[in-house]
Amino acid sequence: MSAGEIILRTDGVGKSFGKFTALKAVSAEFRRGAITAIIGPNGAGKSTYFNLLCGAFRPSTGRVEFEGRDVTGLPQHRFAHMGVAKSFQITNVFPQLSTHENIRVAAQARVARFDIWRPRARLTELGDEADAILERVGLWDRRERVAGALAHGEQRALEIGMALASRPRLLLLDEPTAGMSPEETRVMMELIVKLAEERTVILVEHKMKLVMGISDRLLVLHHGELLAEGTPDDIRRNETVKRVYLGQREH
Amino acid sequence: MNQASQATLARARDANLDWRELATRYRVLLVSAFLLAFPLVMPFTALAINILIYGLYALGFNLLFGYLGLLSFGHAALLGAGAYFCGIAIVHFGMPWFAAIAIGVLGGVITAAAIGALATRTRGIYFAMVTLALSQCVYYLFYQAVDWTGGENGLRGINVREIGIFGISFDFINPMTRYYVVAGFVILALIVLSRILASPFGAVIEAVRENEERARASGYNVTLVRLITFILSGAFCGLAGALYALQLSTVPIEIMHYETSGLAVMMCLLGGMGTFFGPFVGAAVFLMLENLVSLWTVHWQLIVGAVFMICVLFFPRGIWGTLTMRGKS
Repeated sequence: MSAGEIILRTDGVGKSFGKFTALKAVSAEFRRGAITAIIGPNGAGKSTYFNLLCGAFRPSTGRVEFEGRDVTGLPQHRFAHMGVAKSFQITNVFPQLSTHENIRVAAQARVARFDIWRPRARLTELGDEADAILERVGLWDRRERVAGALAHGEQRALEIGMALASRPRLLLLDEPTAGMSPEETRVMMELIVKLAEERTVILVEHKMKLVMGISDRLLVLHHGELLAEGTPDDIRRNETVKRVYLGQREH
Repeated sequence: MNQASQATLARARDANLDWRELATRYRVLLVSAFLLAFPLVMPFTALAINILIYGLYALGFNLLFGYLGLLSFGHAALLGAGAYFCGIAIVHFGMPWFAAIAIGVLGGVITAAAIGALATRTRGIYFAMVTLALSQCVYYLFYQAVDWTGGENGLRGINVREIGIFGISFDFINPMTRYYVVAGFVILALIVLSRILASPFGAVIEAVRENEERARASGYNVTLVRLITFILSGAFCGLAGALYALQLSTVPIEIMHYETSGLAVMMCLLGGMGTFFGPFVGAAVFLMLENLVSLWTVHWQLIVGAVFMICVLFFPRGIWGTLTMRGKS
């Protein structure tokens, strides 16, 4: 479990939707304990790649390995059991449940999935855990609020909280700052750096500048292919990357 | 963790414990007390018994529809299987009444497992269509098995005149005795439902209804959650079917007709989907309208249809849902 070893590996993974190939054979390795950002212009295949990493999509070709184990094509809920958690690009919470219950039910997936008889009020440790996570992601004072009524940035924070509730060793974040104000973005970035102290983080980001400062490594995707890979400095100096990013303005 | 703020919050919560929360906490007790007094205010006991049986059927349907959010158009097969299994146990195997009821529940469970195994892979309108199609298959299966089910004549001769409970024999012909025996089973079902809803799995059911994708990402096997809920729903409907067979002394094939499936949807919407007591309110309103309005016009369905439309249009929470949510922000 030492830092620096390979936690996740993709070996020639690709994904086609009918005749359209969204991703062509991408091979990459992700190190434990690092923050790795997957960047690239619109339509580069970032989200497709992300969905292959977290098990939401089944790859058309190639294989995915988590902690040395072949996990290609396992159902998504199994990824959560193994210690892979994700947040969605489009905010995805349980809208009618309270903020606290959102996190509590996410934490419950670790310990009681099919228990139909014991009262859940007795699982007090889950309630306490949810409280601790709420504090952590800065939503303590929104505890009783219905999740659907939270502000956009708060819902994104709640999503991260739900991902944390499954106690992941690998946290996957799909554009965690999408649609956020600059202030919310700053808070979120700080949170991500803090979370990465205890676990591996892989995030997809459209805005290159945003992740340059916090990432240990970057993967650049373009037209469904891996264009470049390396430290932020490597990427900054890379002529091909410069061309791709200058060729189309950031949105 | 801020201990002080937590304690303040807990105190504030206790102070806000209003009548609704108290009612929710003691919901089984309240409903039981009501059911015990219910036949005394009804014009005739047979109607009260029917309300209990259909209410229980709608309750089973509500677990799937109201709490999990899956609209099934095939619940008649679950009710019917319960009734036929119970009836067959008595008529063909001469089983005692309580064993026959257990067989009825089993019938609901088996049928739900078979239909659910195929249907829970789909959702939305496809789920409704698949359950409808499969329940029609079950209908024809029972229709064709004439030797066992009596085919289109129905299964006759489910005569239970006396039942023994703890060594004491009761006259099952007496409508009041019948009512309280049925009410006993309904209260048992309510206790079980209440426990399921308050269990960890109850939280999972709600989570899947709220956001299937998120539930899956959190580590829940959504298909399996759906299947288990469908089977639980089948157990309640099977029990309702078994009681139906005992109450009617016969099982008509119409019990499996798709109209019976529609009845569950209607009662559930009338009373309030996703509410604890709504299905019984829906069943009561529907059956009372049917019984009372049909006294002065054969077009009673017109009136019931109008009431149903008014409910759906103006009280989307249903009658019980609207009453209990009144004044709640």
